[in-house]
Amino acid sequence: MTLIRDAARVCKSKNAGPFELTIDVVFDDAAVFQKVKATGVLCPALFARLYNVPEEHVLFTPYDAAFAFKATFPRLVPAGEFGDTDVYGCQQHAPLLDVDLPI
Amino acid sequence: MSTKEIRLLSVSAILGYGFSEASLKAGMARKPDMIGVDGGSVDPGPHYLGAGIPFCSPIAIKRDLRLMLHAAIEAGIPMVIGTCGGAGGNPHLDLVAGMARDIAREDGLSFKMALIRAEQDKAEIKRRIAAGGIHPLAHQPELTDAVVDRATRIVGMMGPEPFIEALDNGAQVVLAGRSSDPAPWAAMCIRAQLPPAPAWYAGKMLECGATPSIPKGHDSLFVTVREDHMECEPCNPARRCTPLSIANHSLHENSSPIHHIEPGGMLDTSDCRFDAVSDRAVRISGMKWNPASQYTVKLEGVELAGYRAICVAGTRDPLLIGRLDNFLESVRAEVATKAAAFGATPDTYRLGFRVYGRDGVMAEREPKRDAEPHEVGFVIEVVSQQSREMAAAVLGVARANMLHTDFPGRLCREGNMAFPFSPSDIDVGPVYRFSVFHVADLADPRELFPIEYEMVR
Repeated sequence: MTLIRDAARVCKSKNAGPFELTIDVVFDDAAVFQKVKATGVLCPALFARLYNVPEEHVLFTPYDAAFAFKATFPRLVPAGEFGDTDVYGCQQHAPLLDVDLPI
Repeated sequence: MSTKEIRLLSVSAILGYGFSEASLKAGMARKPDMIGVDGGSVDPGPHYLGAGIPFCSPIAIKRDLRLMLHAAIEAGIPMVIGTCGGAGGNPHLDLVAGMARDIAREDGLSFKMALIRAEQDKAEIKRRIAAGGIHPLAHQPELTDAVVDRATRIVGMMGPEPFIEALDNGAQVVLAGRSSDPAPWAAMCIRAQLPPAPAWYAGKMLECGATPSIPKGHDSLFVTVREDHMECEPCNPARRCTPLSIANHSLHENSSPIHHIEPGGMLDTSDCRFDAVSDRAVRISGMKWNPASQYTVKLEGVELAGYRAICVAGTRDPLLIGRLDNFLESVRAEVATKAAAFGATPDTYRLGFRVYGRDGVMAEREPKRDAEPHEVGFVIEVVSQQSREMAAAVLGVARANMLHTDFPGRLCREGNMAFPFSPSDIDVGPVYRFSVFHVADLADPRELFPIEYEMVR
């Protein structure tokens, strides 16, 4: 069992503009990145499940040059709107930390 | 291939975030062609654009600006700041321009200054809506005249072209309203005939100061841009740029890591290479620029959403924590009755209970909402559409009922809430919401961004 919190170098969230949230998971080198990519665990369906968004609203991009995976999807409410809990969007990464990577 | 290069010094991530004088000195010793800093961001939310105030303190902004002006004037190079005053509207730009004039007078500096305005005239935006030249972003609805009329302030996000014009006209200090973050840096490179791809990429690194280095911090970054690549190195010897720190930064605040939409085109970083040129500097190559068939700029606007008052409280009572949702619903019902009695019907305000220790950070997306905490913190919040006074009045009722409302099994009969402060209630004032998030088609990239010149002495 290898959790993202133990395998990744970076796991972070942030606004991508006031209406979208973007999450990055970055690994140390090409070898780890390719192993993780091969598992298929990091995929649009994972983000759809963890963040309760329709899968078709998840823009998922592996970025080989940076050993990174990026997922972008709508915020619950726009930044600063009534009910927003995280104006910068930088504390929405935690559910990913305990995702198990079979590597 | 030409040996031409442009050398750029970004002092920090945002004007007012600070940087050390040693970093500035180290950067200036490397003979930059331009010194600058990003002045703002949309990240702190809609308030600052609406209220016309900066999110950094004027004291901190003026400190940074003074050091930058002295460095630029002494070296005889341009100093350029985009998105002045945090949100880049007229009050924000005028605040920073006033500081530049004050510093010049106080310290005996003189320079030609350009102010590039980004705040938009509502009639002009409505004319463009009618002509079909405005389009929604991020699944927003089409822009209507009513939304424009309601807006407190609308800014356009300029590209490099207005900066190029100001620099070509001999301005040494260029202060701009809302700008695409990389635009001032891209401008300096593009007017030197460097290709747009490394120019824009350089801007993406420089707009955050030393953020693309480790340890990450608000400090200065030096970038050298050449025909087919650029090199990044932090000014502070305690920091390093590594291929990983640079690659990581390329993910920052964008929906896609490989397609970066900018006014006039798209920066494609799919095939970028990150190579260490020393243990502190990284060379980035392989970026591509795809020009757009239509030049567009983003519009950002906000409208008044009401008036907010908040109260912070906490409970350590397990009997209350065990039936929190029911308790909050009974408080909500009490507030509805009592507030209606003085004229605040439930359709005129929104009452929120933010529950820290349960789902205060992630709301409906919190997977561990059912874990039982031993204490919880509350931010009780009222946003009234009527007035500040009414927000305070409804909040007062909510606070008193949080404190005193009975619940089954209650033993803490003197009060349910621990308040850390007296006064317990905070008047936050006007609340804004994003209402305009669209793009405008431009025939000339400069047409929404008039430039004023003045001699400052």
